[in-house]
Amino acid sequence: MSIVLETRGLSKSFGAIKAVQDVSFALQKGELLAMIGPNGAGKSTCFNMLMGQLKPSAGTVWLNGTNLSGHGPRQIWRMGVGRTFQITGTYASMTVAENVQMALISHNGRVFSILPYAHRLYRDQALDLLGLVGMADQADRHCAVLAYGDLKRLELAIALAHEPSLLLMDEPTAGMAPRERVALMKLTADIVRDRGVSVLFTEHDMDVVFAHAHRVMVLNRGQLIANGSVDEIRNDPRVQEVYLGGGTLFNPAEEGQHA
Amino acid sequence: MHRKTFLKSLVGAAALAMTGLPALAQDTIKIGEINHYKRMAAFAEPYKMGIELALEEFNAAGGVLGKPMEFIFRDDQGEPGEAIKIAEELMTRDGAVMITGSILSNVGLALSSLAAEKQFIYLASEPLADSLVWASGNDYTFRLRSSTYMQAAMLAEQAAQTDAVRYATIAPNYAYGKEAVEAFKKVLTDLKPDVEFVTEQWPALFKIDAGAEAQALERAKPDAIFNVTFGTDLARFVREGTTRGLFDDRKVFGMLTGEPEYLDPLVDEAPEGWVVTGYPWYDVSDEANTAFVEAYQAKYDDYPRLGSLVGYMTVQSIHAALEKAGSTETEALKAAFKGLGVDTPVGQITFREIDHQATMGAFVGTTALRDGKGVMVDWAYRDGADYLPTDEEVREMRPAN
Amino acid sequence: MGFFIAQFLTGLANASALFMVASGLSLIFGVTRIVNFAHGSFYMLGAYVGYTTMQMLPGMVGFWAAILLTGVIVGLIGVIVEICVLRPVYRAPELFQLVATFGVILVIQDLTLMTWGAEDLMGPRAPGLTGIIRIMGEPVPKYDLALVAITPFVALALWFLITKTRVGVLVRAATQDREMVGALGVNQSWLFTGVFFLGCAMAGLGGALQLPKGGADLLMDFTILTSIFVVVVIGGMGSLPGAYLAAVLVSVLGVFGVTYIPQSTLVLIFVIMVLVLMIRPYGLFGRPEVAGEHGQVGEPERPIKPAGPRARMIVAAGLAVLALMPVYGSSFAMVLTTDILIFCLFAASLHFMLGLGGMVSFGHAAFYGGGAYAAALLVTYAGTPMELALLLAPLGAGLLAVIIGWVCLRLTGVYFAMLTLAFSQLLWSLAFQWSDVTRGDDGLVNIWPSAWASSTMVFFYLTLVICVGGIVFLRHAAHSPFGYALRAARDSTRQAEATGIHTKRVQWAAFALAGAMAGLAGGLFVFSKGSVFPNELEIVRSFDALIVVFLGGVKTLSGGVVGGAALEGVKDVLTRFEYWRLALGVLIIVVVILAPDGLVGTARKLAEKWGLMRAPEDGK
Repeated sequence: MSIVLETRGLSKSFGAIKAVQDVSFALQKGELLAMIGPNGAGKSTCFNMLMGQLKPSAGTVWLNGTNLSGHGPRQIWRMGVGRTFQITGTYASMTVAENVQMALISHNGRVFSILPYAHRLYRDQALDLLGLVGMADQADRHCAVLAYGDLKRLELAIALAHEPSLLLMDEPTAGMAPRERVALMKLTADIVRDRGVSVLFTEHDMDVVFAHAHRVMVLNRGQLIANGSVDEIRNDPRVQEVYLGGGTLFNPAEEGQHA
Repeated sequence: MHRKTFLKSLVGAAALAMTGLPALAQDTIKIGEINHYKRMAAFAEPYKMGIELALEEFNAAGGVLGKPMEFIFRDDQGEPGEAIKIAEELMTRDGAVMITGSILSNVGLALSSLAAEKQFIYLASEPLADSLVWASGNDYTFRLRSSTYMQAAMLAEQAAQTDAVRYATIAPNYAYGKEAVEAFKKVLTDLKPDVEFVTEQWPALFKIDAGAEAQALERAKPDAIFNVTFGTDLARFVREGTTRGLFDDRKVFGMLTGEPEYLDPLVDEAPEGWVVTGYPWYDVSDEANTAFVEAYQAKYDDYPRLGSLVGYMTVQSIHAALEKAGSTETEALKAAFKGLGVDTPVGQITFREIDHQATMGAFVGTTALRDGKGVMVDWAYRDGADYLPTDEEVREMRPAN
Repeated sequence: MGFFIAQFLTGLANASALFMVASGLSLIFGVTRIVNFAHGSFYMLGAYVGYTTMQMLPGMVGFWAAILLTGVIVGLIGVIVEICVLRPVYRAPELFQLVATFGVILVIQDLTLMTWGAEDLMGPRAPGLTGIIRIMGEPVPKYDLALVAITPFVALALWFLITKTRVGVLVRAATQDREMVGALGVNQSWLFTGVFFLGCAMAGLGGALQLPKGGADLLMDFTILTSIFVVVVIGGMGSLPGAYLAAVLVSVLGVFGVTYIPQSTLVLIFVIMVLVLMIRPYGLFGRPEVAGEHGQVGEPERPIKPAGPRARMIVAAGLAVLALMPVYGSSFAMVLTTDILIFCLFAASLHFMLGLGGMVSFGHAAFYGGGAYAAALLVTYAGTPMELALLLAPLGAGLLAVIIGWVCLRLTGVYFAMLTLAFSQLLWSLAFQWSDVTRGDDGLVNIWPSAWASSTMVFFYLTLVICVGGIVFLRHAAHSPFGYALRAARDSTRQAEATGIHTKRVQWAAFALAGAMAGLAGGLFVFSKGSVFPNELEIVRSFDALIVVFLGGVKTLSGGVVGGAALEGVKDVLTRFEYWRLALGVLIIVVVILAPDGLVGTARKLAEKWGLMRAPEDGK
């Protein structure tokens, strides 16, 4: 299998605080990789460096063999990386289909085109993508009235619009009801399987992680402390310490923040 | 669906424009009067009262050409664009035979330009800008009031008679202020070549930082100050200047400062000993002027301002022109206005053929306090005809008609 | 040395009233997020009320008592305004309250004129403080020294109130997070009313305190407005120490400007503002605005669709009615419609960037006037024919917008708005001051259409074609990918960026396009009026456009056009009456209260309610 994403010695400091230290990992094609860790472990910082929002203090990120350093979020997106956010960001004033069409318009480099009607462009492709996430029947609804779970699915469709080779999902199930979480992750797993996309996601819900991830990385205090299969992680004493003994844990109260 | 409402409002606007106010029957001679009645209420109101007084008198005496005169007063918000629109309405729908009005020079210039384009007569009653009859002058525009240049020249003549050599100027930072300073400098330097201008201060109109301006003037140690500020700027300047002793042992020459519009709000703080242009209605003794003042006071239980006099003379001028023309046709009126002589409270004035400027002069005197109020004393009326550039200079400035 | 100290003291004294008024504005904005255009009017009321109370309360004690009393009275007037005018519209789209405060300006102007008359009132002197004190030989008025001494105490008292008392804690909390304060069980509406009282009382105090240095007049509401906006922005919106420091900075620099660059009086304050914002984008003590805070809050805009065949037919019919005007309408009807059409294009251009892009500009007149001046200068100096000038006017204005947009788009929200205001004022000063070229406020005159277009009818058709064309073009652009990208950048900048849309560049292009279309309107304006003056670059012109966009409905596509036509039409009728400002002000306030979604938005809702139009899904 080929490597889609690879980081080498990725580090980020904010002043004296070392948010991420020397993180190296690789993501295989078609893999569903989870990144877990308690709050403040450096997951978001890691993600922001992968997407180009933050500049690493040291280390490199490689996408399909290309060094990403110096590239901004827009370029990285054009190189085939899709992203979903912990708090959804959709275009509230548009319909569901138009949200996806917007990404397709951007992908096809027609953002500044002023002659055609936007709502007619790439509509079929948008409907296909919405079908993929089970939203085809809601294509013409006003985005602002969607349920939260539907927004999450819509965001997934947007992220898939430019046929990315890599999908970065930040807390994809945060704020969702348990049943919706399972459904969304199952959907993600299906997409990985059917389209050969690789996915890196962060997650708080261990049930979700253990049920769907192919492989799990554990981050604590900015360092990668474990990286292995679900079973390996489940039985890793260091992980258990972080989550059970270390005190900096993940607990129901913390969960509540995202609800 | 939005288009429906868009459409409705456009149609609504159109319908509104069509119906509007029904034109009155043509039994009067209508004159369109456009002014800033709200924005410059303190000046426009007395002016309007002067007009109404004159109208009453003329119409009681039978009007002109067998019909009463009627003024249609319209507010332009002080916007040149609005004034243009209103002028078009007055001329095309309301049946006005000519347009008059405006205090602000920019509105006057806009109306003047329209008058030339659409070929109707515009009598600029109050605006002072020199360019109205010179650089931007045209065949259809006439001006009644003595212009910036004329009033500045009168003060410069007074200044030349003093022994002051070092002059400072303070003027609002806009066209009127600049023109006044320029004219004053030119005339004074012609009359007395050894004068020196040591500083020029340019406060923003109605935003004067009076304390700072007074300090800056004081710092230049001038012998005399030429003041062009007016309105609230003048009040602030006088107060700060007096408090800081700026005017002690200095000659001050003030444009318009003696006009009741500007002098009266200063109440007992009116400066003393300034040489100013203005209107000492309280001390006039000649017959024509006394009659005007008395008639005005009888009608309004108020005293006339300079604006009242200009308003009164505006009607007199128009009446005279109509009578001379014997018609309300534009070309006849134009011909009538050229060289028109009008008997007014300040004596006979003439609308000069060369530049359409009337020879209305100004009262020049010295300010003093009397009964807790500023007045002009030792004043004399200066005929405007004596304070205009030579004919050659005028021809050079004014585009060929 | 003595001169410098005297200058400095003069500056500090000038800062006094400026700080009082600006701190009130800052406070109101910080808590209620209302940009109170009417703040200058409360300052003016302070001067007039102070004048009257000082007549009634003589002596030294009376003088100071009168000032305090004035603060209370003006504060109470503010409360009335808040309860009657603003409270009903808090839920309206953000910045809609601007329109309401604009109505308040008009009402206060006429009521003040009715109450106190037209003549300027000379402010009474402060008893016991009429003379001067010599400091190193330089005369300094005693009252100046009193102001210099008092202001820090007032600032401290205000600071104490805000930081040390329970009320203050709530106010500060509300500045940070309004919802949170509501959740804590505090009655938010009374908190707002209280803040409005305080803010207006400060404005009233400022107006009364400056009386001994000047007086009361009917233009002072607008003369102070720009200065206090500048002070609040330089200090940082919502920051009291910032307002104080900025007032001092602006006043002291102003005093030295008067001495060393006497011609600078018009521009200096805006140059300072631009410089400060370039270095500190959120003012001296302001905090960065949270993204989305000033975007489109409230009910989200509906999805848009190009008009269907039926709507197109109706519009075509409407245009035909307009086009036939020469047959049934008077010559003046054509003149008026020409004016309205030009204004509608101007409003539509602002609406494009404001409605679709969420970019609130307080300085759109820069491009309207810019286009007008571009055309006028070309005609005057290059003898350019009308046809070419009308082509170059939008190009010139567009170029201007490219430059100004590049600077302004570094900021967002209210700071962006203020920066556009600063630039339009700079341009205004340029047109005003550079008289060798622009002829200052004597303007450029005699710029009339080419011979073939000089008749009222032909020019009416020319305007009709260009304006309707421009409006339709802008409307079409709204439906194009570019228009969608603009909305995407407004709705979620993060998502747009994450899907490869260069949001700043999209906004920049929209800014330029809006500027160019405003310039086209400006070009037409010049030829319809035959002249141009700096008036077309004034803040008032920017406000005009802003008001009609909100009045028409910012979240609808035709809001700008409908608002423009409605306001111009109503104005034409109302200005025929004596107290038209009062009538117009009341009318605007009534419309604002009855139609919080703007004319179009509210009409649409009513139509849906009555079943005339299909209602959107409610999503439940």
